[in-house]
Amino acid sequence: MQKKISTLPFRGTAEQEQQLREIIEQNKQDPSRLMGVMQQAQDIYGYLPMEVQQIIADGMGVPLEKVYGVATFYAQFALSPKGAYNVSVCLGTACYVKGSGDVFNRISEILGIGADECTEDGRFSLTACRCIGACGLAPVMTINDEVYGRLSVDDVDDILAKYKD
Amino acid sequence: MFRSHVLVCGGTGCTSSNSQQIIESLEKEIEKQGLAEEVKVVRTGCFGLCALGPIMIVYPEGCFYSMVKVEDVPEIVSEHLLKGRVVTRLLYDETVEKDAIKSLNETAFYKKQVRVALRNCGVINPESIDEYIAMDGYQALGKCLTEYTPEQVIQVVTDSGLRGRGGGGFPTGRKWALCAPNKAPQKYVVCNADEGDPGAFMDRSVLEGDPHCLIEAMAIAGYAIGATKGFVYVRAEYPIAVKRLQIAIDDARSYGLLGTNIFDSGFDFDMEIRLGAGAFVCGEETALMTSIEGNRGEPRPRPPYPAVKGLFGCPTVENNVETFANIPQIILRGADWFASMGTEKSKGTKVFALGGKIKHTGLVEIPMGTTLREIVEEIGGGIPGGKKFKAAQTGGPSGGCIPADLIDTKIDYDNLLAMGCMMGSGGLIVMDEDTCMVDIAKFFLEFTVDESCGKCTPCRVGTKRLLEKLDKITSGNGTLEDIDQLEELCNYIKANSLCGLGQTAPNPVLSTLHFFRDEYVAHVVDKKCPAGVCKSLLHYEVIPEKCKGCTACARVCPTGAISGVVKQPHVIDVNACIKCGACIEKCRFGAIVKR
Repeated sequence: MQKKISTLPFRGTAEQEQQLREIIEQNKQDPSRLMGVMQQAQDIYGYLPMEVQQIIADGMGVPLEKVYGVATFYAQFALSPKGAYNVSVCLGTACYVKGSGDVFNRISEILGIGADECTEDGRFSLTACRCIGACGLAPVMTINDEVYGRLSVDDVDDILAKYKD
Repeated sequence: MFRSHVLVCGGTGCTSSNSQQIIESLEKEIEKQGLAEEVKVVRTGCFGLCALGPIMIVYPEGCFYSMVKVEDVPEIVSEHLLKGRVVTRLLYDETVEKDAIKSLNETAFYKKQVRVALRNCGVINPESIDEYIAMDGYQALGKCLTEYTPEQVIQVVTDSGLRGRGGGGFPTGRKWALCAPNKAPQKYVVCNADEGDPGAFMDRSVLEGDPHCLIEAMAIAGYAIGATKGFVYVRAEYPIAVKRLQIAIDDARSYGLLGTNIFDSGFDFDMEIRLGAGAFVCGEETALMTSIEGNRGEPRPRPPYPAVKGLFGCPTVENNVETFANIPQIILRGADWFASMGTEKSKGTKVFALGGKIKHTGLVEIPMGTTLREIVEEIGGGIPGGKKFKAAQTGGPSGGCIPADLIDTKIDYDNLLAMGCMMGSGGLIVMDEDTCMVDIAKFFLEFTVDESCGKCTPCRVGTKRLLEKLDKITSGNGTLEDIDQLEELCNYIKANSLCGLGQTAPNPVLSTLHFFRDEYVAHVVDKKCPAGVCKSLLHYEVIPEKCKGCTACARVCPTGAISGVVKQPHVIDVNACIKCGACIEKCRFGAIVKR
C-alpha cells in the first residue's frame, strides 16, 4: 500500500529535537536499533516527516533512503500527521448512493485538505473509510469516536463548527 | 500468610473488559472491610476461557466467577471473603451441579486439557519472579548448567519429539543440533513472538502470563548451541506482553539468572526485546532476522539456513514462543514424559485459539491427537444457535479447511498436512452452514495481498491475480474456466515463491477447492451463493404473508428501494436495492429474507 506523504510544513520544536537527539545518542553505536529509534521518534512527533527522517539518518549514520525504506515498509509508521480531530467519511455503497461523496467533497472544501491530509493548524485530518456497518443511518461520518448519521451536505458546516474552537 | 487468594485475569481479553478496574476496586474494598492482612489479590495471565471474561477465581474454595463487573465487587468481598458465602449468581454455570460446586478441571472446557506451555498462565503473577521460582522456575536452567553438557540438553529435546509450534513443525532438537557444531565468534537465539495469524493469540498469552518461562527456555537454548545473546521479536501491537517481558528480563538480571556466569557455571547469556512494526511477513524466520537487523523485513533465500548464517550473518536458532514454553518442563520431567503424550510423530500438547461460530471461544491446550469432534463439541461447547458444523479452518492465511465429514480426524501435524491443511500457529476457526467457503478463501487472500512484501513476483503479482479471480467468481461473473485457472495459478505460486508466506498463500483456495468445489461451481454455473453470503449473488425479498405493512423497512432503506402502502405487504425493488441489510435488522416480523 502506498503511503501519503504530508506536504505540511514541519513544525517540530527545539525541545522535541533535543529529545530525539538524546535517543539517537543512546542507540547510534548499534545500527540495528534503527527501527526502535524510529518508533520512539514517532512517539515524539506523532508521525515521521522527512525532516525527522533526515535527523535520524544523519544521527544513526545510515543513508536517508534506508530510513525512508523502513518507514514505508511497516504499517505502523506514518508519513502524514493525524489531526486532533480525525473526520472519517464512509464511502461504502449505502452511504455513497445517499450522497456521502458530496459530503466528503464539502468537508474537503471547508477544510482545504484531501483524503489522508491534515490541516495546517493540526486540528483536522480527513479520511475516507469503507462501510462501518451503519447503513441504516446513511450517509455516515465519524469524528474521532462520535458518529454522525443521516447527513446532508448542509449539515456539514454546523457539525465542523463545533470542533473549531 | 493469607487465608484466601483472589486470582483475577489480567490477559488482554479480560483487561479490555475492565479487569484492571476490578482489581483496583477489589483492593480498595478489601482494605475497607479490614481484610488486607488476610486476603491477597493476584493479577494473573490468561485463564483461556476468554468468552466468559472478566474472570476471577477465589482460592482455597476454587470458586470460578465469570463476567464479573466492577459493581459486583462489594458483594464478592462482603459475602464471600468476609462471611464465607459463595456468590452463586456469578459462578460459571458449568461449575455448579445440584447445588454443589464442581472443580473447574471437571468442566467440559478444561477436562480434556493438559497444560504444559500454559501451565503457569492464570496461576501466578507474571510480574513476580518469586512466584515463578516457587513453581519450579529456573530449576531446568540450573539442571542444564550444572548436570548436563550442551550435547545432553540437545539429546533430551530431540528424544522428547518436540516439533516447532509456529507452523512448520520442524523438529526442535534437530534444529538445535544443526546449529550447535557451527563454530563462530557469536551465535544467537531468537524467539519469534511476531504472532500475526488473525485469530491466534497463544504466544501473547505465554508472554503475558508466564514471561520467565520464555527467558529460562532461551537461556537453555543458548547453552545448548553455544550462544550468549538472545533476541525476542515481539509485535508492537502487544503492549502488555512487552511490558511484562521487560519487567521479567530486568528481574532475571538482578537475580543473576541472566548476565555473566549464571549459576556459577561460567555460562553467559543476556537478551533484548525488539519490536515489530506491523508487517505480517516478519513472522517468516529470515524476514524476522532481516527486521531485527534494522532493515525492511524482506525474506532471504535459503540456503544458507539460519543455523549456518542467520542473524547478523551468525549461526542462529529461531523458535516460536510456544515451542520455547515447552522446554523447561521437558528438561525437568524428562523426554519420556513428554513423548508419552500425543501421536506417533507429533508429541506433547498443542495450544489452539478457538474462535468463530463456537460457544467457548478462548485458548485450549490439548494433547496432540485429540479429534476435531472433541475440540468442537466437547471443549468448545458446540455451535451456538443449533446451526450445523460445516468446517474448521486451521493455520490462518497459510492453512486450509477440515470439512464436517472428517471431524473425527486426530489433529496432529501429519494428518493436517495430508488433508492439505496446516497446524500453523494454532488458530482454529469454526464455521457453520452460514459461512461461504469461496468468501472465506477471498478473505484470506485479501489479507495476503495486503501483507505480501513485494520482493518476489509469484507472491506479489500471483496473489493479486488470485484475488481478482475470486472477486470475479463471488460477484457472479466467473466461469468454469476461471476455476481451472485458479487451481493452476495456485500451484504455480506455491512452487515458485521465495518464502513461506507466498508458498502457503494459495492453501486456503486449494483446500476449499478440494473439499467444497461444488460451492465454487454453484457460484459460476447457477450464479448462487449456497450460504447466502456473497452479496452480488443474492437478493432480498419480502414474504407477503409475514409482512404487516408497518413501513419500518421502507423508512430505514437508504435507497428507497422498498415501497408499499401502510398495513399492506411491501415490495423490494431488486434493481434499486444495494443489499445493505438494514431492512432485515429493522423488521420485527422476520418478513424479509435473502436468497
